[in-house]
Amino acid sequence: MHFGVIQFPGSNCDQDAYHALTDVLDQPTRYIWHKDASLGDVDCVVVPGGFSYGDYLRTGAIARFAPAMKAVIDHAKSGGLVIGICNGFQILCEAHLLPGALIRNRVLKFICDFVHVRVETTDSPFTNACKKGQVLRIPIAHGEGSYFAEPRVIEQLQRDDRILVRYCTKDGEITDAANPNGSLDNIAGICNETRNVFGLMPHPERASEELLGSDDGRMIFDSILQHANKGRREAVRVG
Amino acid sequence: MKAKIIVMPKRTVLDPQGKTVKHALESMNFAGIKDVRVGKFMEIEIEGGNKAELQKKIDEACQKLLSNPVIEEYTFEISH
Repeated sequence: MHFGVIQFPGSNCDQDAYHALTDVLDQPTRYIWHKDASLGDVDCVVVPGGFSYGDYLRTGAIARFAPAMKAVIDHAKSGGLVIGICNGFQILCEAHLLPGALIRNRVLKFICDFVHVRVETTDSPFTNACKKGQVLRIPIAHGEGSYFAEPRVIEQLQRDDRILVRYCTKDGEITDAANPNGSLDNIAGICNETRNVFGLMPHPERASEELLGSDDGRMIFDSILQHANKGRREAVRVG
Repeated sequence: MKAKIIVMPKRTVLDPQGKTVKHALESMNFAGIKDVRVGKFMEIEIEGGNKAELQKKIDEACQKLLSNPVIEEYTFEISH
């Protein structure tokens, strides 16, 4: 599976994602500069974390207009996989590939810590290797990670099973105390209507090997690979 | 011409920054504050053009870039 990691000025988790995809998962991966108007032969795009364009105006607001993002939008609209991590999630919301917005944490602090998230559905290319209700221990590092959307949008996300991960206690309970940033409905990550675009605030790439304190994040990438293999098997059967 | 744009968080959106400023004002003995909200003020200077056209352009800029309609609302005025 070919991965592409977008690099904006101010991205700072691009190399973490690259390391996880190449050294840990052994997948062909390349960087895509923000000025590139084409993604090439990429199957899955990673929009990494960081502070693209210095977070000027709003997080993700400027990145949305980069030439590479136009290519990402086309890729997503034609069914290609896109995963936005942290600032990547903020950018995908600003680009209208995902609904809602990420606002300042309710505690006003930049939070850099391990949290627990519960896998709410396995019906997505990003969680199909997990078990429903499985608790993953993955770090967050953000100042603006509080998910907000109008009540009717939240209801729709719930109805369509599009909330993929929610903040929880280590035992998997959804409580307010386990919500680090004030996200509505403890939302940590959501997918789009066609389920090929995923945005989340936690950093699975920073928890993809034991050496880093947890390899739970690897489940997200393993899911993507499992999804791709399934697609390949089906294609062979049809062919 | 000059466009003056104000972008504010929507009433339905939590504004922790405004809340913190409110606490700080209260700690300097500023009593009776009902609410504080923190937004942004922007000035754009434009050469030439007509006002009606500019009105449309600034409105589009506010919708697409200068504000995020999911969480913010905006007002602007254009003067010579």
